[in-house]
Amino acid sequence: MKRRDFIQMAGLGAGALVLPVQTFGHEIDVQRLLDPFMDAAQKKVLADVALNTARGLGATYTDVRIGRYLNQFVTTREKKVQNILNTESYGVGIRVIANGTWGFAASNSVTPDGIRKTTERAVAIAKANSKFQKEPVQLAPTPSYGEVSWKTPIVKNGFAVPVKEKVDLLLNANAKALEKGASFVNSIIFLVNEQKYFASSEGSYIDQDIHRTWPNFNVSVIDRASGQFKSRSAFSAPVGMGYEYLDGKTEDKIPSPGGITLYKNSYDIVEDATMAAEQAKQMIAAKSVEPGKYDLVLEPSHLWLTIHESVGHPTELDRVLGYEANYAGTSFLTLDKWKSGNFQFGSKAVNFMADKTQPGSLGAVGYDDEGVKCKSWELIKDGVLVNYQAIRDQVKIIDQKESHGCCYAQSWSDVQFQRMANVSLLPGKEPLTPDQMIAGVEKGIYIVKDGSFSIDQQRYNFQFGGVLFFEIKDGKIAGMLKDVAYQANTQEFWNSCAQVCDASDYRLNGAFNDGKGQPPQSNAVSHGSATARFNGINVINTARNI
Amino acid sequence: MAILSKEDAKTILQKVVALSKSDGLEASLNGNDGGNIRYARNSVSTAGEDSNVSLAVQSYYGKKSGSATINEFDDASLEKVVRRSEELAQLAPENPEFMEPLGQQQYEETKTFFDSTANITPDYRAQAAANSINPATKKDITAAGYLEDNRGFSAMMNTKGLFAYGKSTRVNFTVTMRTNDGTGSGWVIRDYNDVSKLDTAEASNIAIEKALQSRNAKGIEPGKYTVILEPAAVGDLVGLMLFSMNARQADEGRSFLAKKGGGTKLGEKIVDERINIYTDPSHPEVPALGWAGNGLPRKKLDLIRNGVVSNMIYDRYWASQKNVAPVPFPGNAIIDGGTASIEDMIKDTKKGILVTRFWYIRSVDPQTLLYTGLTRDGTFYIENGKVRYPIKNFRFNESPVIMLNNLETLGKQTRVAGGGGPGGGGSLYLPAMKIRDFTFSSLSDAV
Repeated sequence: MKRRDFIQMAGLGAGALVLPVQTFGHEIDVQRLLDPFMDAAQKKVLADVALNTARGLGATYTDVRIGRYLNQFVTTREKKVQNILNTESYGVGIRVIANGTWGFAASNSVTPDGIRKTTERAVAIAKANSKFQKEPVQLAPTPSYGEVSWKTPIVKNGFAVPVKEKVDLLLNANAKALEKGASFVNSIIFLVNEQKYFASSEGSYIDQDIHRTWPNFNVSVIDRASGQFKSRSAFSAPVGMGYEYLDGKTEDKIPSPGGITLYKNSYDIVEDATMAAEQAKQMIAAKSVEPGKYDLVLEPSHLWLTIHESVGHPTELDRVLGYEANYAGTSFLTLDKWKSGNFQFGSKAVNFMADKTQPGSLGAVGYDDEGVKCKSWELIKDGVLVNYQAIRDQVKIIDQKESHGCCYAQSWSDVQFQRMANVSLLPGKEPLTPDQMIAGVEKGIYIVKDGSFSIDQQRYNFQFGGVLFFEIKDGKIAGMLKDVAYQANTQEFWNSCAQVCDASDYRLNGAFNDGKGQPPQSNAVSHGSATARFNGINVINTARNI
Repeated sequence: MAILSKEDAKTILQKVVALSKSDGLEASLNGNDGGNIRYARNSVSTAGEDSNVSLAVQSYYGKKSGSATINEFDDASLEKVVRRSEELAQLAPENPEFMEPLGQQQYEETKTFFDSTANITPDYRAQAAANSINPATKKDITAAGYLEDNRGFSAMMNTKGLFAYGKSTRVNFTVTMRTNDGTGSGWVIRDYNDVSKLDTAEASNIAIEKALQSRNAKGIEPGKYTVILEPAAVGDLVGLMLFSMNARQADEGRSFLAKKGGGTKLGEKIVDERINIYTDPSHPEVPALGWAGNGLPRKKLDLIRNGVVSNMIYDRYWASQKNVAPVPFPGNAIIDGGTASIEDMIKDTKKGILVTRFWYIRSVDPQTLLYTGLTRDGTFYIENGKVRYPIKNFRFNESPVIMLNNLETLGKQTRVAGGGGPGGGGSLYLPAMKIRDFTFSSLSDAV
């Protein structure tokens, strides 16, 4: 989501009556979400108009993305339905190389004439900007795939599930939380379907149908007497799955340290909201943390965000090269560290894969937004930096011949660029459960679910909070803590990683809204891990009086 | 097409209103033409333009409402969008918080639109980028910057007689200059309605100087320091406080304005008595439309006067519940300043830190408005009235409420964009500030 859209949603934009609609496209009625759209053969005819027009104008490369982006939001608050919103955004984005320079233009006029004009604009922009180009764009080769398709392997299409069923589910979750003493509950089901057609002058015609699902809530408890309030967010994850994620299967419930229940491949929102109210009350009554050094045991629904910020971002090659210097920042993982072949990013227990194929993940697609077939690759091996995340016009800089396939645009109207793949910590090879890990910790904190987060523009210094914090004393959970945040330097932190639990504890979490670029674009990305232990991390106390 | 005149917008909206068969409707018509250019590594990386105009119609029956949107304005399309919104309203669940549209309102006319900005061309943007890149290349510096300009209009009308129209322009420019040895970085922001005030070469030279001066920073111990915050840094933190002045959250007990034992801090002194914060759509430096998105008129209004909370933001539903007048979200904010220049404040400082800007600010505790973030792009150590040397960036953990209680000196005012960049909400006109006991909690190696 663009920041200005966020502002509009927050009610700050001038004259925006129906606030969220413009963010995601036009509002449509629910039946239209399931309408069959233009078939691939029709899209190919339109795409060929752009490819032929661009070639005629002297472009040496062209790609066309015809996109239909659907969203559904069902939002409730306590006993009320706040909003049911269905949106559609439909148009075409055309990217060309002319005079060795990129040009891009987009339009919601998806007709032969509209596409022709948009192509002309893209070529004109490329030629105008070529005056400032220092070296011509060079694309790493990618095979021509012909006419192919890919779909998220969903079991249940969330858009086909009646709205009433979603409303009833959320209101039921809210009611359970209120029964257990919640003061306020906000809950939402957010569904995404990207219907993307990609065609390039290199002979690929790729039709993709991508689904994502995100149930979420925030349960707040207010203690008027003490003036304190605490919020417990949902233990769900945004997923690259259909509505089956809300099945809440018994086998996907994970009894965890501290007497809490976490979730794996499906999610029980009613049960979780019930627990959330109880836990929010405990959060208010918890002991304020004593600042100092602790061994941290970080659970996957917490650790994903630390991975995202401190591993995912600094290994993005565009940041390393300076393309994001004015906004998201650069990276401490400079090319010399990678070239050395021995930069010890983390301990030997630390192995990271970048991946665009993992089932259920937000990043999983068949092909990226420049027609490269997706794959997985190593970033950190036995603690050493071995690779970056790069796309077709970048890989030559790291002496590689093949794009990693992680190019993405948030919509047809935005230009595609390098975006983060799923970046995940591989589980430990030795059998180890979270309980066994905690048993080995003398003085520590077990942290569940992501909270506050902040990291510098080169990704050295970070601070993370969480949602639930349990004190570990002599190998045992000794009650809940509050006011906890930890600070570390990325390299020191990952070198302090002493253990990672085994594959049975591995699960995915992630976010719909990783932001980068100017104008800013969102990217959905997952991060997997098992529970991991970090020794001697600096913990601060965040309580203040105002 | 994207910029409709008041008359043309009125004509379309009158047709829409006349089509209503429900209890009533409210329609809003918005259009925007935008352009941008982005550069990095001393070369243009992307450039683009976008244009859109759309009509949103919300019809209602009792407390059930439905919305539909369209971007075509022939009679058949207008009929279609009204009927669609009516069908959706009939299908919608009742919203107990639904408020019927406002009646006719009086709005201040404000000067938010400038032809200079409306007429920006791709060539202007390319030259603006070149004017920023050229001085950088001469000084062994790499420039990365972004210029975004918008011209837009907003209009709304309803079946109760309300009509509002406004148009505005805005240009926002930021650039980060990094020395090629990787040890120095400087940044600057410019934000105007009128692009004739923008000189990207002048702004870029400030960032270049900052980059050169910030090379080879020394690390000093974190702790509590007197800080001189440049206006962008003040805006980064105080802007977040202003966004949190929602009355409903305070009444519900989940805000920094909620009081222990119940009630809110409205009417209570929460910061230094020299702090005056207000909104004024007619302010010449930060003009805003005279009406908010829900049709409420924007007027000059105190938020904090002499350190006391004077007003909170009430949406119409919550205002009706509390029997108070609604207060729209401000389109801008002004903090009264003083006469001291940054140089004056430095001269007056025995030991302190000069901060250009903050970065990656996130909430740590909404109850105390505690935020964490880092300094960035030019942080300097001051001793005995002089800037001594650049220092490594710090992470801070601080609340704007605590910070504004620790006020030493107010400086001269300048305009910054709320949110620190394009599209980051209304603009702010505020002073540099000298603050004692600002909490830095750790060091960062980031340049």
